[in-house]
Amino acid sequence: MNLTLLILIPLLTAIVILTCKSLQSVRWVAFIGSMIQLGLSGMLLYAYNTERALGNTAQMLFSERHSWYAALNIEYYIGVDGISIAMILLTAFVVAAGVLISWKMEMLSKEFFFLLMLLSVGAYGFFISLDLFTMFFFLEVAVIPKFLLIGIWGSGKKEYSAMKLALMLMGGSALVLIGILGVYYNTNDGAGNHTFDILKISQQHIPISLQLYFFPVLFTGFGVFTAMFPFHTWAPDGHSSAPTAASMFLAGISMKLGGYGCLRVAMYLMPEGAHHYSWAIILVATIAIIYGAFATLMQKDLKYINAYSSVSHCGFVLLGIGMMTQTAIVGAVMQMVSHGLMTALFFGAIGMMYERTHTRQVAQLGGLLKVMPFIGVVFVIAGLCSLGLPGLSGFAAEMTVFVGSWQNPGMWHRLATILACASIVVTAVYILRAAGASVMGPIKDEHFRALKDANWNEKLASVLLLVAILAIGMAPFWLIDLVGPDSQIIMDHLTNAGGL
Amino acid sequence: MGKEFFILMKPELGLMLIIFLLLILKIWDGIKEKTTLLSIVNIVLLLNFVAGFFFNKEGTLFSGMYQTNDILVLEKSILSFGTLLISLIAWDWLKKHEHMLEFYILLLTTLLGMNFMISAGNFMMLYLGLELATIPLAALCNFDLEKLKSSEAALKMILSSAFASCILLFGISMLYGTTGTLIFSELPAHLDGGMLQMLAFIFVFIGFAFKLSVVPFHFWTADVYEGSPVAVTSYLSVISKGAIVFVFISTLINLFSTLGATWYHLLVISIVMTITAGNLFAMRQDNIKRFLAFSSITQVGYILLGLTNGTDAGSASAIYFLVVYIFSNLAAFGVVSMVSEQTGKENISDFNGFYKNNKVAGWVMALALFSLAGIPPTAGFFGKMFLVTAGAAKGNYLLLAFASLNMVVSLYYYLRVVKAIFINANENPIEKVQSSFPVKIALGICMLGVIATGFYSGIYDYIVSVIK
Repeated sequence: MNLTLLILIPLLTAIVILTCKSLQSVRWVAFIGSMIQLGLSGMLLYAYNTERALGNTAQMLFSERHSWYAALNIEYYIGVDGISIAMILLTAFVVAAGVLISWKMEMLSKEFFFLLMLLSVGAYGFFISLDLFTMFFFLEVAVIPKFLLIGIWGSGKKEYSAMKLALMLMGGSALVLIGILGVYYNTNDGAGNHTFDILKISQQHIPISLQLYFFPVLFTGFGVFTAMFPFHTWAPDGHSSAPTAASMFLAGISMKLGGYGCLRVAMYLMPEGAHHYSWAIILVATIAIIYGAFATLMQKDLKYINAYSSVSHCGFVLLGIGMMTQTAIVGAVMQMVSHGLMTALFFGAIGMMYERTHTRQVAQLGGLLKVMPFIGVVFVIAGLCSLGLPGLSGFAAEMTVFVGSWQNPGMWHRLATILACASIVVTAVYILRAAGASVMGPIKDEHFRALKDANWNEKLASVLLLVAILAIGMAPFWLIDLVGPDSQIIMDHLTNAGGL
Repeated sequence: MGKEFFILMKPELGLMLIIFLLLILKIWDGIKEKTTLLSIVNIVLLLNFVAGFFFNKEGTLFSGMYQTNDILVLEKSILSFGTLLISLIAWDWLKKHEHMLEFYILLLTTLLGMNFMISAGNFMMLYLGLELATIPLAALCNFDLEKLKSSEAALKMILSSAFASCILLFGISMLYGTTGTLIFSELPAHLDGGMLQMLAFIFVFIGFAFKLSVVPFHFWTADVYEGSPVAVTSYLSVISKGAIVFVFISTLINLFSTLGATWYHLLVISIVMTITAGNLFAMRQDNIKRFLAFSSITQVGYILLGLTNGTDAGSASAIYFLVVYIFSNLAAFGVVSMVSEQTGKENISDFNGFYKNNKVAGWVMALALFSLAGIPPTAGFFGKMFLVTAGAAKGNYLLLAFASLNMVVSLYYYLRVVKAIFINANENPIEKVQSSFPVKIALGICMLGVIATGFYSGIYDYIVSVIK
């Protein structure tokens, strides 16, 4: 399986889109491109499982390396393990759904789909990179599309949000850069050169005194991407101003870059630093979970509701990472996938409703289930997944995080776990309230009666995400088996490092 | 001498030949058609650039006054390439200008001066080259003959340059007084870090800092950039700065390496001030030329950051960055000159809604700005990364943090322009700007450079291989 295809296909799609003449062809090219990505990621999963079943025990499969900038020892080095495959699958589903949801995008459609594809190039590249420099390159590729997608096609105070988001994420990247270079200059590839190779660095010992400086920098840098408290403020503004597909991409994929980076780069390369600062991670995560949940209670705009609840849900990812037990790490990865799918579906449903009713205010909506049953049902399912209803992915993921967290016997750890568990009640309150007021009850506005239900493309998008959510919710074991062994590797690494 | 002389001094001799050719064309006055003349000049410039790649040899002339080697030749080629691009971009402006040939004569004279400066093996030679490069530049600043601002720019340029030269000369004289020599190959052995030598070094450094517009010696920059014709502004910001950076690399860094600690601290202080001031001022500009002036000040800060490395890796990253910088800055100036040529508009707010009628030009400008900001997939990302990487090698992580976080600040003002082009609404945006074929070619080359220089590692590898 050639992993470079994962970068090439969206890139090619983007280039072909630029040459398209009509709106129709732009749509279909984007659609076909995203379907190929979906197919590829499915094939990748199959090929990976086959290889593993055949007894291939290499840490990274399908790896490929080419020297890029030899003088600085920068390589184009890619490979995947179970965790990256889970993220790639998530990306493929969200991209496909995002393209389908934006079928009606007529204003500057060529540029719109081009930027969406560029965004997905960044995500795929990030998840398969094993070289810190290449990884950083892909992390930053997304800056241009994010800024322009929100700025041009957004709504509300889009200029402010676009600028805020771009600058805050760039700030995150700047911290990541400091961390990466700090790591780089303290490595040795055996031949006396410094190296960016993640696997090689992981086998070396970065001086603990330096880890104490660079771990928090690197972790915070990635943390900004995953809306870590107190750097979460870009998320509500950015998500709510962005066009539907961009919200789906941002919350579904971009925020996961941060979580993946925290785990794969910060924790894996600087295990002693991780031990030293785990209390801070847990503290920040717990605050984010509780604060996010209560902040959501106060929101009246559906997109803000989902954006703040994303802050809360991404807190679970960090909580799982910070607890440092194998189950909790598996839970964190599952939560990333689950939240990505769920939030994309949620934003998709909100987008569909907004497109028809032209409002996102809970107070002005009502009774939509009667006029557009499909969209209403999708909205409710997404909400239920968010509050962790068994059978949907949210339950499986959050449950794993909680079980994993409880395995950490520290008193404060237990307390954090209890607090995090308790937040689910708050989640239930705001989700049920939002769902009840906006899709159930009497029809508030007579104009709503004339509205049409979802089109084929919107239905297909929702079904895609729903299938994925159900596949994780009903049978979580395939995902646990996929990410379990690799989480164990990271966990062993952390255990061997031990405390200070 | 003999054959050796012609081979070693090939770049300078070539330029002199072109200058004489232009003088003859001017006096003869036989070709009336401006486009023909422009084509001839540009073809000759292209030939001059291509010739830079053949028959290169290492050696010295005039008992060490003049020296050349692969890296110096490469630096000269980079400069003549940039000059060619500027000449193409200025096509539409020059077509209408009655003193077109004089423009080229002056332009190439400064380039000649820069070549001598780069190849200097002696401080006297360096100074001569510097003056040859500076004085015609002041005349060039005044080339919008009917504009008052242009004369003001020229006056400011010549006064501040004269002042800088004085300081430089003072430094050189003290250097001579303490070491008894001005020859580069002999100097390092005589440097003992005495008080007077330190002072001499600081004066020399300040002399160059003036030309590079390192803060706090940058006050002339914005006014001169704003008043000069766009072609001259782009020349000032790319070629003239590039030449001084090359001099930094080939002389200052090598010569004064024994004073390592001093120049490192001097450099660090300059970097912090330059990047901070450049960023703060760039945020507040509305004239796009002033904006690019301050952005170029910030870029100089990053180039100096690469030079703090003090080894070949630092020099390589600085040279590589300059190549990228030529592509990105000239692309931005190209669009600005197209717009200013046709509408006379030079304010950022005039660019509101620019994308509506100018799809391609809008993207060119945006990519150029992203490249200046150091955002992938443009080459600017690689340029900045290598500078920052080189700058971090000494383990000065505070400086690294300062530089990386300031990239966020600079992203803000680059995005401001991108926002104007793509997002801001405007009732009557700039009409579709027309440009002639050569301008399109030049911008096409710039775009190719902005996109491909990063992915294709060959250019960086070549620079590294030459520098060793």
